[in-house]
Amino acid sequence: MADVLIQSVTKRYGTVEVVPSLNLEIPEGSFTVLVGPSGCGKSTLLRMIAGLETVSDGKIFIGGTDITHTAPSQRGVAMVFQSYALYPHMSVAENIGFGLRLAGMGKSEMEGRVREAADILQLGPLLDRKPKQLSGGQRQRVAIGRAIVRKPKVFLFDEPLSNLDAALRAQMRVELSELHERLGSTMVYVTHDQVEAMTMADQIVVLNKGHIEQVGAPMHLYNAPATPFVAGFIGSPKMNFLQGPKPWASAPQGALIGIRPEHITLSQTGGQWPATVRHVEHLGGETLVHLDSECVGSLTVKVTGDLSAQAGTTLHASPRPEMLHVFTDGQRVSA
Amino acid sequence: MPTIFKGRSQELAMLFPAMACLVLIIVVPFCLSIGFSFTDQRLMPRPIPTRFVGLTNYERMFADRLFWQAIGNTVLFTVLVVPFQLMISLCVAMALNAAIPFRGLFRTVSILPLLLPITVVVAIWAVLYRIPTGPLNTIYQLFAGPEAYIDFVGGSDTAMVAIVVLSAWATFPYQMLIYLAGLQDVPGDLYEAAELDGATAWQRFRFVTWPCLRNVNIFLLIITTIQALKLFTQVSVMTKGGPNGSTTTIIYYLFQQGFTSQKIGYASAISVFFFIAVTTIAVLQRVFLKNEGEQ
Ligand SMILES: Nc1ncnc2c1ncn2[C@@H]1O[C@H](COP(=O)(O)OP(=O)(O)OP(=O)(O)O)[C@@H](O)[C@H]1O
Ligand SMILES: [Mg+2]
Repeated sequence: MADVLIQSVTKRYGTVEVVPSLNLEIPEGSFTVLVGPSGCGKSTLLRMIAGLETVSDGKIFIGGTDITHTAPSQRGVAMVFQSYALYPHMSVAENIGFGLRLAGMGKSEMEGRVREAADILQLGPLLDRKPKQLSGGQRQRVAIGRAIVRKPKVFLFDEPLSNLDAALRAQMRVELSELHERLGSTMVYVTHDQVEAMTMADQIVVLNKGHIEQVGAPMHLYNAPATPFVAGFIGSPKMNFLQGPKPWASAPQGALIGIRPEHITLSQTGGQWPATVRHVEHLGGETLVHLDSECVGSLTVKVTGDLSAQAGTTLHASPRPEMLHVFTDGQRVSA
Repeated sequence: MPTIFKGRSQELAMLFPAMACLVLIIVVPFCLSIGFSFTDQRLMPRPIPTRFVGLTNYERMFADRLFWQAIGNTVLFTVLVVPFQLMISLCVAMALNAAIPFRGLFRTVSILPLLLPITVVVAIWAVLYRIPTGPLNTIYQLFAGPEAYIDFVGGSDTAMVAIVVLSAWATFPYQMLIYLAGLQDVPGDLYEAAELDGATAWQRFRFVTWPCLRNVNIFLLIITTIQALKLFTQVSVMTKGGPNGSTTTIIYYLFQQGFTSQKIGYASAISVFFFIAVTTIAVLQRVFLKNEGEQ
């Protein structure tokens, strides 16, 4: 267990700066999730921590030690790849034990460690199989097992669940969270899926074009996004940004105003914004209603239960005023 | 017509020209040589008609000391050239797969031997091997004194090695290209995972590259073996099978018997034997290596 400290780290490919001077503290034992749109530099940052990518400028510390120029295997990190990266010709047991074998660990001790990891991940019956005889979820577990046996100070995950189907993804989210509780290790997890970020993280780092938009606990980011980018990125469906010259009377001139779909109520009879229903999505427990309003442009509203509205009919949408998010010059205006 | 061919007339029509050529230039002549191998057919027509001689050609072949020497030479050549050539091919492929400067240029240059006719390659190496002042002997003289030289092509101990080296050089780019394709198919993150697992460069080769090249290796082993067993041109141009028959290969011996001595019947028997031997070796390699790899 150790904390990770990233100090003015810069990454350049030739003349292109993909990560401009970035500072970040990953507390010991935390589950930190790096999120952001594709190409924002999440993998690059993670790979710099792993040592698979050189750092152009700045320093990285793990547990107080400067490891900026240390070989990947000496950093005390283990990484789980999106593609699993299992050695195709080795059995599950050999895959998990490979790092220990290279480190010169004795056979019996190694077998013990492999078995221990296999037990945690319920891989016991599969130890003799080859990776191609496993399902995607099982392969993912082997990849995690390979990380566990090395007892790393820091676990690094690069979109580990993106190749799995939705049901398995949901299950693995829970398993990974349980694993984190059980091991208590520092974990750094890259994803572009904000649901994974919200459900698993102690700390979310929102990246955009290589710089940090905001760092904080999931609910903090949800309740008080620092920038419109974070506001739009965290939460599903996306936050509505009101259009029109002055959509909200008490807001400052030129402010950007956002309201989450779950914080708008709909009524047949009367409300703030009359709007025409464009499309209705029935999700079972809840309904998403897409509307067009003369005053504030297009809106998405999430209502619990089923709502039988026909496209083309007019409804009245009313925001909960205390839930409005106001931004000026790209920053949140408090209160 | 069998049901699998039903409604496939278009495909069959497209296959036809290639199949017809194959039959005409390979299958028919081979069947003819099976027939000839039981006769005393000569290359030039003779007044006496050709006779059926039964297994005489085969009996003679198995008792022929020169035939066995040719087999020995062919096996020796194959055993030497296959590992040597595959090793060069793999080393060059790995160098060209790494992020070296001017990689594109080196890739282009390295396939040049493939573009040269084999006779030109032999001419180049004949210059390199020349006595007493060819480039290789000039280097040798730096170590062994100004008067010393090695008669690479003329010595019965060194002639086969000389042929091995030049043959490997002449055709290695083909294997190299296939290795290069194989190397590019190895997923990059396996190397990264191995690096995190603490593997050294050698261990990354041993535990990632080499096992991932397994199928490529099997394929190359088979085709390089077949290529080696067919050795002819280099010998024919450079040593004429000598000195003392030390570089006479099966195909060269067959050629001598059929076209120099005009004994087509006997040469046909050798070619039938050669065909069976090569097929058997290729099939054995395939079966043996396949079984080992499958679980
Ligand atoms: N080897 C490279 N050379 C040049 N540019 C690169 C290289 N690798 C990555 N980049 C650039 O760096 C930026 C960040 O890439 P990175 O892979 O970190 O994105 P990401 O956030 O992980 O995206 P994704 O969600 O798609 O995986 C991208 O704009 C990418 O084009
Ligand atoms: Mg990525």
